[in-house]
Amino acid sequence: MKTELTINGTQHKLELDPRTTLLDALRHHLGLTGSKKGCDHGQCGACTVMVNGRRINSCLTLACMHDGDEITTIEGIGQPDNLSPLQQAFISQDGFQCGYCTPGQICSATAMLEEIAEGWPSHATEDINDRPSLTVDEIAERMSGNLCRCAAYPNIVEAIRKTAEESA
Amino acid sequence: MTEVFKMDAPATDRRLDDMVQGLVGAPLDRPEGPLKVTGQATYANEWQVENMAHGVMVRAPGPSGRVVLSNRDDVAAMPGVLAVIQDERLLRNPAQGKANEAPVQGPHHAAYMGQLIAVVVAETFEQARHAAQSVKVTLENAEVVAVTSDTAAVEPQESKTLDQGDLETAMREAAHTVDATYTTPSHSSTPMEPHASIATWEGEDLILRGSYQMLKYNRNELADSLGIHPDRVRMLAPYVGGGFGSKLGIAPEAVAAAIAAREVGRPVSVALHRQQVYEATMRRSDTRQRIRLAADAEGRLIGLGHDALVSNLPGETFAEPVLQASHFLYAGANRKMSMDLARVHRLCCGSVRAPGEAVGVTVFESAMDELAQQIGMDPVELRRRNIPDKDPESGKPFSSRRFEDALDSGAKIFGWADRPGVKERREGEWLIGYGMASAARVNVLMESQARVTLTPQGTARVETDMTDIGTGTYAILGQIAGDMLGLPRDAVEVVLGDTSLPPAAGSGGSWGASSSGTSVYLACQAIRQQLAERLEVSENDLTLKDGRATFDNQTRGLADILQNDEIVKLGHVEAGETSEAVRQATFGAYFAEVAVHAATGETRVRRMHGTFAAGRILNAKTARSQCLGGMTFGIGMALTEELAFDPRDGHVANHNLAEYHIPVNADVPQLTVELLEERDDWANPMQAKGIGELGICGAGAAILNAIYNATGVRVRDYPATLDKVIAGM
Ligand code: FES
Ligand code: FES
Repeated sequence: MKTELTINGTQHKLELDPRTTLLDALRHHLGLTGSKKGCDHGQCGACTVMVNGRRINSCLTLACMHDGDEITTIEGIGQPDNLSPLQQAFISQDGFQCGYCTPGQICSATAMLEEIAEGWPSHATEDINDRPSLTVDEIAERMSGNLCRCAAYPNIVEAIRKTAEESA
Repeated sequence: MTEVFKMDAPATDRRLDDMVQGLVGAPLDRPEGPLKVTGQATYANEWQVENMAHGVMVRAPGPSGRVVLSNRDDVAAMPGVLAVIQDERLLRNPAQGKANEAPVQGPHHAAYMGQLIAVVVAETFEQARHAAQSVKVTLENAEVVAVTSDTAAVEPQESKTLDQGDLETAMREAAHTVDATYTTPSHSSTPMEPHASIATWEGEDLILRGSYQMLKYNRNELADSLGIHPDRVRMLAPYVGGGFGSKLGIAPEAVAAAIAAREVGRPVSVALHRQQVYEATMRRSDTRQRIRLAADAEGRLIGLGHDALVSNLPGETFAEPVLQASHFLYAGANRKMSMDLARVHRLCCGSVRAPGEAVGVTVFESAMDELAQQIGMDPVELRRRNIPDKDPESGKPFSSRRFEDALDSGAKIFGWADRPGVKERREGEWLIGYGMASAARVNVLMESQARVTLTPQGTARVETDMTDIGTGTYAILGQIAGDMLGLPRDAVEVVLGDTSLPPAAGSGGSWGASSSGTSVYLACQAIRQQLAERLEVSENDLTLKDGRATFDNQTRGLADILQNDEIVKLGHVEAGETSEAVRQATFGAYFAEVAVHAATGETRVRRMHGTFAAGRILNAKTARSQCLGGMTFGIGMALTEELAFDPRDGHVANHNLAEYHIPVNADVPQLTVELLEERDDWANPMQAKGIGELGICGAGAAILNAIYNATGVRVRDYPATLDKVIAGM
């Protein structure tokens, strides 16, 4: 079926099998392999992208459901010669090893910082009436949908914390 | 012809210490980082290959019987389907690490539930997935087979038996004894990138883009599986999304992709689904381990015993080597060890991060904690008292061993002196406890080759089929070459993961960095030698820095020295007599603070520290990350990780990431790591040892020992899930 996706600001007209997930549309049909497939089941976060600014698992949604949506993938966040501050922080804090979970971590963290800025509480928030602050616990809790078997977690938390601190 | 360097004598010259570029050891960023953080690094299933078809594999629904695809023709007629393949050459299970030949093959008889017995190829992934799921598989003449160690035939492993002195008498006469049996469940490596391969035939030549750890072996395993000459096979794996042992040997999807691509006459990609990774790659064996400790009144061990039961599929020789560190970690004159292997019809057992020590040291360190408790002695002091002068069985000296320093320094950094007594500290609903454990892992040097090219432009290129599975190979090989040749890090290009390059040791057994690093070191040393000859100076008098050579009070640029020539040298290392002459291992100590909920038994790791000694550290940043990763595996082993098998058919009941619980971010505190300064002259010319697995070898015990300290509950059946903790409270 015909689907129009806006990805990183560019419109793509696609003719897709209706069973095609958003993740497979990116990886198999658009050559955007930055979004990773770790489970295809919404269990690992490797496929995280942003749809209209909110992070989602792109393996858990069909491409045809996103006609007209604004999708941002890791490729839209930065390029090797033009890294986002968060991408740069992941490098300097060694927030990855094999790198397979990394695009998902970065997409997730990018959206997560917005959620905090908007005042969304989490399980780790002391008082949900207060604005959440960027404690280690808050970051770890909010990033727990993104698995990393290399276990760069402490470094991921540091990368996010430093980036947020520097932009504050 | 390049000479092979054999590590026959200690490398006391410590040449790297003379280099002035300042790269080796420095905490430099990974050079491939910009590609990884932007999604531009190409993993196996991401190559854009023209006209590619998709294959999805089909599983056996039981552990025994002749496999029949009863609706094969119907599936073949489904939309987009190109082939339904059940070729004789499909693998029963992956090859073991370094097998160098095909594993057991044949899809017509099921040996375990989940075995991959066919591949369905279609135009699109959606079509292939649907068709593969539509295949009806029946198992004819299935027999009742053993799927648990309790009911299986058991084979004693005679070669693993040790009987030194008289342990039974020592146990009778000792002032203090521990005789405890522990169990650890099966673990899964669970790399975040599932196994995937893209096969492309060019005439008789196969290119396989895969996710593998040890390409020189994998190429031979793949060729042997297909029945073709290895020269016809080229494998590419420049980026590997984690391995942890599960990608050591060629796996079913690679052979399936190659066969399928041949059959349909176009490139085929086969990616395992996450469930298939759990069901049909490798598991760490479940273990039952009896530990006996006999100590005198002062806490000196006079005897120790370690008897283990592990399991594997019929026909597999791998037996989880849990006794490995028990042979040398602690003193004690009377020693007894044995191992039995149960033959079970479950997925294959192979290497999962630190095979042997990961569960062997962990269990032993739990027993040591029991002994310390019984004597009423500081667990750190108990370890310190039992550090042997020399290998307690062979009598060989140790190479470098900063074990005691690691215990002391780790204790200090963590604040061990402040540890509470058992069940003594409570904060609201949380019971607080401290625990510690030793770390130990054998160190190995493996044959490895690399080619280094120095150009007149003042750049260098390092080429080897070595892999970087997150281990930091791209970083450290560039640092070694940069230091040896006096070039800034950015002037060195590192090319990896291609079997057309000189064959390396591969990433496994913690030997990758030291073995492949040594081959780069040797190639660079040969280049230095040639530069020195051109300049008519002794190599020792040559100082290389920032692309310039200084000697005899003069300085010349590389362009000037080389004119228009490149210098190309191959480095080739093999293990030699130092492997046998001394006991080589890495050591460390873990310290953990846990909070156990008084009402639910839930355990949270609040703090965890590791101090490690592993010879020269090549990159302080990537080495630390390896330790973080290992310690986190330890947290998983201690608290959550367990492959659950259905006792009726051996089915992996939790074959997904929602139910096989690897630690998530919130499960892991801000771990701290200290790397001790050390040089091991016996290990290799760089004095470096392996660090990739040391972080897991005992880590889980620190947590279980802390749970005991918090609650008085001794869990001997890993992992310490809340049901087990609460049952004892
Ligand atoms: S691939 Fe989407 S959550 Fe794992
Ligand atoms: S970096 Fe390897 S899984 Fe996160």
